[in-house]
Amino acid sequence: MWNAELNSRSPEKKRKERIDRGIKVRSSDVFALSSWREMLYLSTPRLLPIVGLLILSIALSHYWQRVLLSVSVFALLAISWDILAQSGMISLGQALFFGTGAYFAGNMNHYFGWPPYVTIPLATIFGGLLCTLFLVPVLRLRGIYFSMVTLVLPLMLVRIIEATRIFGGTEGLSGLGPLPNRWVELYLIIAVLLAALFGFRRLMNSDYGLVLKGINDNDRSVMNAGINIYWFKTQALFIASAIGAFAGAFMTHVYMFVGMPVFALDYSILPIAAAVVGGMGTLAGSMLGAFILVPLSEILRGIGGLRIVFYGLFLVVFTVAVPEGIFHYIQRKYHQFERWVEVE
Amino acid sequence: MSPSPLLKVSGLYKNFGGVQAIDDLNFEIAEGELLGMIGPNGSGKTTAVNLITGFVKPTEGEISYRGKAITGWPPYKIVRLGIARTFQMVKPFYQLPAYKNMIIPLYSPRVKQITGGKFGDRDAVALDLLEEVGFERDAFVAYKAASVLPQGYLKRLELAKAIALQPDLVILDELFSGLSLAEVASIVPIIEKLRQQGKTIIMIEHRLKELFRIADRVIVLNYGKKIAEGNSNDVMDNAAVKKAYLGAEA
Repeated sequence: MWNAELNSRSPEKKRKERIDRGIKVRSSDVFALSSWREMLYLSTPRLLPIVGLLILSIALSHYWQRVLLSVSVFALLAISWDILAQSGMISLGQALFFGTGAYFAGNMNHYFGWPPYVTIPLATIFGGLLCTLFLVPVLRLRGIYFSMVTLVLPLMLVRIIEATRIFGGTEGLSGLGPLPNRWVELYLIIAVLLAALFGFRRLMNSDYGLVLKGINDNDRSVMNAGINIYWFKTQALFIASAIGAFAGAFMTHVYMFVGMPVFALDYSILPIAAAVVGGMGTLAGSMLGAFILVPLSEILRGIGGLRIVFYGLFLVVFTVAVPEGIFHYIQRKYHQFERWVEVE
Repeated sequence: MSPSPLLKVSGLYKNFGGVQAIDDLNFEIAEGELLGMIGPNGSGKTTAVNLITGFVKPTEGEISYRGKAITGWPPYKIVRLGIARTFQMVKPFYQLPAYKNMIIPLYSPRVKQITGGKFGDRDAVALDLLEEVGFERDAFVAYKAASVLPQGYLKRLELAKAIALQPDLVILDELFSGLSLAEVASIVPIIEKLRQQGKTIIMIEHRLKELFRIADRVIVLNYGKKIAEGNSNDVMDNAAVKKAYLGAEA
């Protein structure tokens, strides 16, 4: 009936059809895809970051490869922020995770002489555990109260290091063991970033992730299901802080230095800006945000003092123009792709 | 009444600042009983539920379930014993389809404990449970986002979430409020079916006519005190109840 009506109206017997619906149904329920084209439609969004990063890693100059390292680190921090935000914890202190991981790795390397391939995994786990321990007592706080604590903790740790002169004090620890070469640095961070993106996206879309998101939405309802929300929040906190700690430990060995700047506010604020610009709640959006904001900041370096003005202006324009975030916008457009089909 | 009640509330007090929300509340409920709890607005019915389910800690008094003191336990532990409740204000996860709303209760340790973790795909179980409470499978209502569902379905969803926990005691907090007569009439059989399965039920209601038809016993609260108890006829003939509901001259 529907077809007949269209037939009478279009002499060339063609009509537009959304391509995503059929593909979605067949891939999620029937598990039967009928053509390479459909496979390509499904896999393109997943292949894009993988292929893109591999091409970038080869194509970029040495300087921009360094920028790519820092972009990836901020992308990890933004993913870590997004996981917390999805679980109902708005953090203003990713620097806590970053700095703790950095100091763990730096100290293990400096005092025990352990190589990076030992310190980075250990710092990831123990840095994650320590940050979780720091924040567990305030898990019962909601909203802005939790945020305030996360904001204050890294600032406190800096002052403790400054006052007690532990871990190198204001000088920091320098001459730490480097990673073998720049290619290892580059591919290590790319591999971890992609693993974190796909792994945690999968986790957040599972039933376990649904429980975490439920806590954010309506924690009483989740409690009413016999689920201990504090235990689930603790797990989310550990995941997020371990990601941040990895980023810190990694950068310690890239810079071969760890010092008080690792607790700087940049590491707390930029991930939030990245998540907002890129689009919250998808992890991919947060990563995309970091891939826009960090290089932008590098490009603007050339214009000197006005840099921060342009940067701020860009942030404002983006949040006003695409308030949902760039990723959500692109995703919607991608799902709305249409093609001409013959009408039988 | 059986010798050992399923739930026993004795000498319960709760004050919020200067307001005495619950004032020396005592009652028991036997296994398999359907107890109605009524009272004017602000009489402390929901607070009583919050106290039993652990969402609010009592100022004084004791609550015991199967002879075990559960006073002051956190909600998630109480649920694991087999006490499930619905909320008066339904607040589903609006952006999710109705059946995905069921995943969280199905993820509960309570369900795992009862089924031994072998109950199949959560989505499939969710759809079955929703069909039980009247989400017509053929009309694909369960696949619709909670945000587009009418209040009647949201209340059913709330009921299904409680049933999913396979409770022994179900506390329904104003399940019928905001529903049309027809909707209420279609939910009543679901509650009767729960009774046939041997579940104990506490119903808090303002819809007295429907409640009196199914309740074994009714207790009446006013200003946090129990002012009457008995079967529906006794309660409605009680002078104190008339006074509470209709004012002093009645």
